[in-house]
Formats: sequence, structure tokens, C-alpha cells
Amino acid sequence: MSTLDSKIPKGPLADKWTNYKNEINLVNPANKRNIDVIVVGTGLAGGSAAATLAELGYNVKTFCYQDSPRRAHSIAAQGGINAAKNYQGDGDSNYRLFYDTVKGGDYRSREGNVYRLAEVSANIIDQCVAQGVPFAREYGGYLDNRSFGGVLVSRTFYAKGQTGQQLLLGAYSAMNRQINRGKITPYNRHEMLDLVIVDGKARGIIARNLVTGEIERHSAHAVVIASGGYGNAFFLSTNAMGSNVTASWKIHKRGAYFANPCYTQIHPTCIPVSGEHQSKLTLMSESLRNDGRIWVPKKKEDAEAIRQGKKKPLDLSEQERDYYLERRYPSFGNLVPRDVASRAAKERCDAGFGVNKTGQAVYLDFASAIQRFGKEQAGINGIESPSAEEIIKLGTQVIENKYGNLFQMYEKIVDENPYVTPMMIYPAVHYTMGGVWVDYNLQSTIPGCYVTGEANFSDHGANRLGASALMQGLADGYFVLPYTIGDYLSKDIKTGKIPTDTKEFDEAENKIRELLEKLINNKGTHSVDYFHKKLGHIMWDKCGMARNAEDLKSAMVEIRALREEFWKDVKVPGGMDEMNAELEKATRVADFLELGELFAKDALHRNESCGGHFREEYQTEEGEALRDDENFMYVAAWEYTGDPGNEVLHKEELEYENIEVKSRSYK
Amino acid sequence: MKLTLKIWRQKNAATKGELKTYPIDGIEGDMSFLEMLDVLNEGLINKGEEPVVFDHDCREGICGSCSLQINGEPHGPDRLVTTCQLHMRMFKDGDTIVIEPFRAKAFPVIKDLVVDRSSFDRIQQAGGYISVNTSGNTIDANTIPVNKQDADESFNAATCIGCGACVAACKNASAMLFTAAKVSQFALLPQGRIEATERVLNMVAQMDKEGFGNCTNTGACEIECPKGISLENIARMNREYLSASLKG
Repeated sequence: MSTLDSKIPKGPLADKWTNYKNEINLVNPANKRNIDVIVVGTGLAGGSAAATLAELGYNVKTFCYQDSPRRAHSIAAQGGINAAKNYQGDGDSNYRLFYDTVKGGDYRSREGNVYRLAEVSANIIDQCVAQGVPFAREYGGYLDNRSFGGVLVSRTFYAKGQTGQQLLLGAYSAMNRQINRGKITPYNRHEMLDLVIVDGKARGIIARNLVTGEIERHSAHAVVIASGGYGNAFFLSTNAMGSNVTASWKIHKRGAYFANPCYTQIHPTCIPVSGEHQSKLTLMSESLRNDGRIWVPKKKEDAEAIRQGKKKPLDLSEQERDYYLERRYPSFGNLVPRDVASRAAKERCDAGFGVNKTGQAVYLDFASAIQRFGKEQAGINGIESPSAEEIIKLGTQVIENKYGNLFQMYEKIVDENPYVTPMMIYPAVHYTMGGVWVDYNLQSTIPGCYVTGEANFSDHGANRLGASALMQGLADGYFVLPYTIGDYLSKDIKTGKIPTDTKEFDEAENKIRELLEKLINNKGTHSVDYFHKKLGHIMWDKCGMARNAEDLKSAMVEIRALREEFWKDVKVPGGMDEMNAELEKATRVADFLELGELFAKDALHRNESCGGHFREEYQTEEGEALRDDENFMYVAAWEYTGDPGNEVLHKEELEYENIEVKSRSYK
Repeated sequence: MKLTLKIWRQKNAATKGELKTYPIDGIEGDMSFLEMLDVLNEGLINKGEEPVVFDHDCREGICGSCSLQINGEPHGPDRLVTTCQLHMRMFKDGDTIVIEPFRAKAFPVIKDLVVDRSSFDRIQQAGGYISVNTSGNTIDANTIPVNKQDADESFNAATCIGCGACVAACKNASAMLFTAAKVSQFALLPQGRIEATERVLNMVAQMDKEGFGNCTNTGACEIECPKGISLENIARMNREYLSASLKG
């Protein structure tokens, strides 16, 4: 075990980033023309990085498995993006955003990184507005804000329930400008399958053209991985069907350490599972918790009657309902952080109070909000003594304006009208805080290989607050990486084009060919999905919202056995030299089957509960997470040694100089 | 539910395709259309046949990957949804469902139900952006107030997911609704006015170059659009185009 150097600059917290930027090396504009950069993934982190690097003058190649950069899964983020603008005058500041993020992450993130994130957050909003991102506005024409879980200010900018879409289209438009200038060459429907290292430095990738099946070599002076998280290890998650860990996992196997894989976010407000056929889960934005109240029946008999279809939620009076978040956490109520809300839902359902046929659901109820807004609107419109129907009609209109698309989506999926009947929700895997270990420069332990956005681990600690993922993705891509990568590339101005006809590229390409041939020629008896679903069940049952040592140990054994079975018995139809969706899935699931074991190992080694990592053995009497700061206030960065069950642990100790480490309370 | 599926199978762009018939059983109303195809594919794989390839990703109606012409309608019989959010409860036991790729000269078939929509990317590259550097050193966001109605309309235009249903719905395979949505998003914002003239001219020129047909105001695009993008955008683009042409 060694100690990792995060390269956080010295000096006062608020000056670190500015001072650092003033000191690092720059590349002369004329030299940038001679430098190539590969960006893998075109979501918020990758798209923004590609656009900015191209604008600075580097030659950029982008890679995405989708048919267009605009389809990356950032597009599905609904609720909003945080920024310490303090437009509401409610006391927000860079320090508060920094503080909330570190506390929300349960004191498992890096102070220096998080402060930088807060510091650049305001610029993101300026940038996006200049790009024409149509954020929500108030009647005076100024930007509107909403509030999100785990904070006491309104700092979230939004575009109805489609904030991720609008921000991604902003980054995509910035990319398009550079594509039009010839500075970005997009390789869509391409998947990175390996990293090529030459003389210890990342110098290119091996990619498969998903239309023709051709294996391609691409060289560059640096490689940026912005390929998102690994939530699909659980099979069912809110990730897109194609979201995968392959790029991150392949660089891990080439020497990049993988940090805190067990930190997973289970989002509290998703549409419950309806049956075995389910292919993915749909998230309902956390912003709904601003106006929706979460409850289950107070009495078990009522919950049972509802499950059997004998009673409806509307049959229960106020006194017969348990608004358990308001009861347990009076000061934050329904707006507690995601991990707290998710565990509380699981606790009630496990105790027998769950609703839906499966008993795995709780209500999210808008009736009070409709009343409140209805009365408010009646007053605004000068309607004296409005009827009950009028109030409901006016209130419903307000809710529709705020969340219309989400309500429509819910109704299409569940076939119930959520304006009338309370929504049903249940937690689902949504985001992974863990990822490739990077230093302050966002560089992995492989020189020249950078990792941004959800794919890295650095800013959210053990739990991510709502509306922070979009902030981090864009901060990394627009404002951090373009500076820090320049310092590295300044040493490459005389290198010249990296050739691809070398033994390193030969070796990497041959390895990928062998892998693909093996999968195609395996001709086993079960489909890729068969194995993926099995892995998902192990992950959810044993590495999910609550974990214990015994389950984690058996998860490691089971995942290993499943991986062996996969390689013996998987069946991949079709050939290598054509579009082959099953082959694409097979390479991704093969990597999830390795990551899964490391995930369980990491969760097993962390003998404490923190944020999204809840170990049943470590909780307070009231069932809250119990951290062990003395022994576990570190980042666990794992080194691949040829076997995911036997990786070597490296620690990066976390130091808190500007924040007092406390136990996290939202009561 | 028991259904009969007639699905377009085509090995690649160079070969001719045909409709093939697949009976399927055990389909539930709560399944999405794509989950129904997952069931079909699992069965085909187990039988040693090649599964049907189709584009899909987020499966929550926002990425715009999924397409499919279902019984002659882009995204099928339901309104304001993409294929991934179309649920099988819209169909009856015993139904026959014809599933084809989106048809347009500018959307060539790649394989089975997958088409190449990169022409949409090239229209955006021709001018679907505001030329601002991403340095962050712009002006404070609130120094550009935008009338709420304009901001809302701009947002509504910007919710286009680029799926191509408008093209597939149009008898002329016109991409006017798609292009107009992007032109409108920027035309309605003060930030977008500066390049408005070049933008509309360049984007329309690219649209024509890609081989999309002309608009004859039938309005099928608006009806089939899963995001409800309004025809008003086409009227706005025509105004923008006319005034740009007069200036140019």
C-alpha cells in the first residue's frame, strides 16, 4: 500500500485555484495545432471538454457509442444545476455551496476540489445563458431558482424537468461550432475498447466502429475519459441501456486506480418496478420533493389492504397516514438528502408498510401543494371564496406548469393520473460517486489519461446532492480540464504526431480482436442479458441500499462464479464485422462482471456507514449512518493486479482544514 | 397478449430488406414497446436466430434514439410519446403490428430498423449554435433579461429530441419542423439575434443539401412529434428566412 498524492495546491482554500492557474504551464497557440486530444464520451463532461479544447486550438477527436453526441445520458437529467449565484439573496455563497457539498458527501470528498467546483459554478450559468440555454425565468425576465434536497437555500437553476437536455444541447451546440470549424472530428457509433500506453503515457485508443465492426487505432497526445458511471452493474437502474463502465474499466486494467467503487447513489424518487420484463427504471426528478409529501399508511392493515387492491390511497384520512420524513427529520422534512430519503423508504417497506402490489413503493402526494397553490392563485386572481373545484383546478395548473412533463411521463408508464391519485415511488440506482481516481488536475494514475464527470470520483464523496452532477460535469469540461491538461501537454509540443503502427498499438488491437472472437465463437446457451440480470440481482440484494459483511462476502463469491459461467456459456449471435448489438452488450457485461466483484470488496473493506454506503453493522440506535472517521477518512483507490478480487488498496487520506467534521444531521 | 409482428429485416445498407413475420405470446400491457421487442429478441437468440436491431438508449423518452414506424405511424399510435414510452396496453390481443424503420432518403437504413440520422447533426453544425467561447468570461447571466413568454417559447422549441419522427411522418420527408425548432430557439432569445441572418440561411441550405423534401403544410409532423413541437416554429423560420434573404 502506498499513499497517493492528490496534488492539491498549497495556500488558503479560496485562493488555491486562482494561484494554481497563474503558475501552471501554458501551450502557445501555434503549438496547440500540433497536439491531438481524444475525448471518450460526449455528455456534459466530454462534450464541454471537447468544445473547449477545440476552441483553444487542439485537434480533438470525440467518441460516443450513440448515433449522435446529443444523445449521451446527461440528456436525461431532469431537475437542475446548482450555482452559488445568490440571485435569491438567501445567504448563498461559494463557501456555503462548498460546505453543503462536503457535508452532503458525508465528509468523504476533497476540500480543494469541492471548493473549486463551487467557485466556478456561477460561471457555468453565465456561460450557458450566453449559449442560449433557455433556463426558467420569472416574469421580470430574470432567472428563476428552485430548492433541492440537503440544502437551505434556493440555488438550483432549471429548465422545467429537462435541465440536462438543455445543458447537453448547449454543450453539443458548442461542439457543433467546432466541428464546423474543423477542430473536432466526431466518431459517433464508435466504442472505445482499450487504452494504448506508450512509454508509460496514454497515447491512444482502440475503438470499434459499431456500424461496420471495424477495429480502429486512434492516437493522441492525451486521452480524456468522460464516459459516465457504472450504475448499470445493477442491470436495473435509471441509466441508459448503453451506459457502461468499459472505458473506465479498461484504463483501470491498464494502470489507473479505481476509487471508492462502493459509493453508489440510490435515488429515492423513481417509478417502482412493475414486473420481470422491466428493462430499466425511470427517475422522477427530486425537485418533486419541493411540493410532494412522502407517506405510507400508519397502520399495517391499511398497507395490506392497499396492496391487495381493497383500499385506495385516497380512502385514508390525514390521521391514517405516516409522513415519515416530516416525522423523522422535522427541519429538512421531505428535502433530506437522497441517501437518507432512500433508506427511510426502504425501512418503511421492509417493516411492512409499503404500497403497490409488490409492497416496494411509497406515496408522493401533491394534494397539499395543489390546495396551497390553488388558494394562492385564487387570491392573486381576485376570486373571492373560491369553490373546492376552483381551488383544485387552479392548483393543478401551477403543478402542471412546474412538473408537467414528469406527470405526463408517470401517467404513460403507470397508467394512473398523478394529479388525482398520489404517485408511487421507490428508490433505484441512479449515479455512482465512485470512479477512476484522479488528482487535482483530473489526471488518473496513468500520465496523459484524464477522467472527468461521473467517470471520476473526486467531488461528491459518499453521496451526491441533487443538481450537483450537471454542475460537476460542466465545471470539469468547460473550466478545469482545459487548464490542467495544458500543463501536461506543454511538454509535448515537440513530440509530433503519435504513430499507430507500433508494437503497443499492435498488442492492444490483437487483445481486443481475441476478446471479440472469443465472445462470438463461444456459442454457449444463454444470452448476454441472462447474465446481466443475474449480476443485477446479486448487486441489488447484497450490495444495494444496505449491506453487511456476510452478504458482501457471498456476493464476491457469486459474482466470480457468474463471471466464470459467462465466459463458458454466453451466446453471442452474429459476427464481428457488422452491426452487432449483442456483441456490444457482451463486452460491456464482461466488464461489469469484473467491476461487481471489486465493488463488493470495497464495500466489505469499508467498515463504516457513510453517505450512500450503508453497512447494517454500523448504525446509530435511530438507524442513521455511523461513520468511523478515525479509521476510514480516506479515499480507497484500488490497483488492478490481474484479478478484481485481489486488487491492492492505496489510500489517500482526507484532510479537512476549513470545515469542522461533524456527524451529519438533517433533523 | 398474443400478437403477430411483421418486422423489416435488412442485413445492411447494401442489401435489400423485407418484412418477416414473427408470432409472439405472453405480452403484458405494462410492457413498453421496446420491452416487447426485448422479449422477441431473447426468444430469437435462444432459437439461434439473429435478433432484430433497433436504436434505443435512455428508454425514458428524452435521448431521441428510438425511432420505428409502427403500423405506419412514427412512434406508434399513442400521442406525445416516443416508442420507448409506448406501452403495450395500446394494443389488443390478436393484433398484427407492422414495424418498419423511419423512411426517408436522408435517413438511409443501416441494418433492420436502424437508420442513419447524421444529416440532422450536419444541419445543426451548419449554424445551430451561438458563437460564444466557452471560457466562462461572458457577462453575468442576469444582465440578459428575457421576456418570460419568449423564454418559454424558446424552451418549448428547444425540447426537440432530434428523433426524426417529423421527417418520417411527412409525405415529402421534409425536415422543416426539426430545423425550425432550432432556428426558433435562438431567434426568440436576444443572445441568438446577432447571428440570426446567417444561421437561418446556412441551416436551410444544409437541410436542402441533405435531400430532405419541401414543406407543403400538411401538419403531420406536428401531430406525430413526441414532444409536441408546434407548426408555429415553421412559420417563424419562414419569416426569419424571408427577412434574411432580403438582407442577404
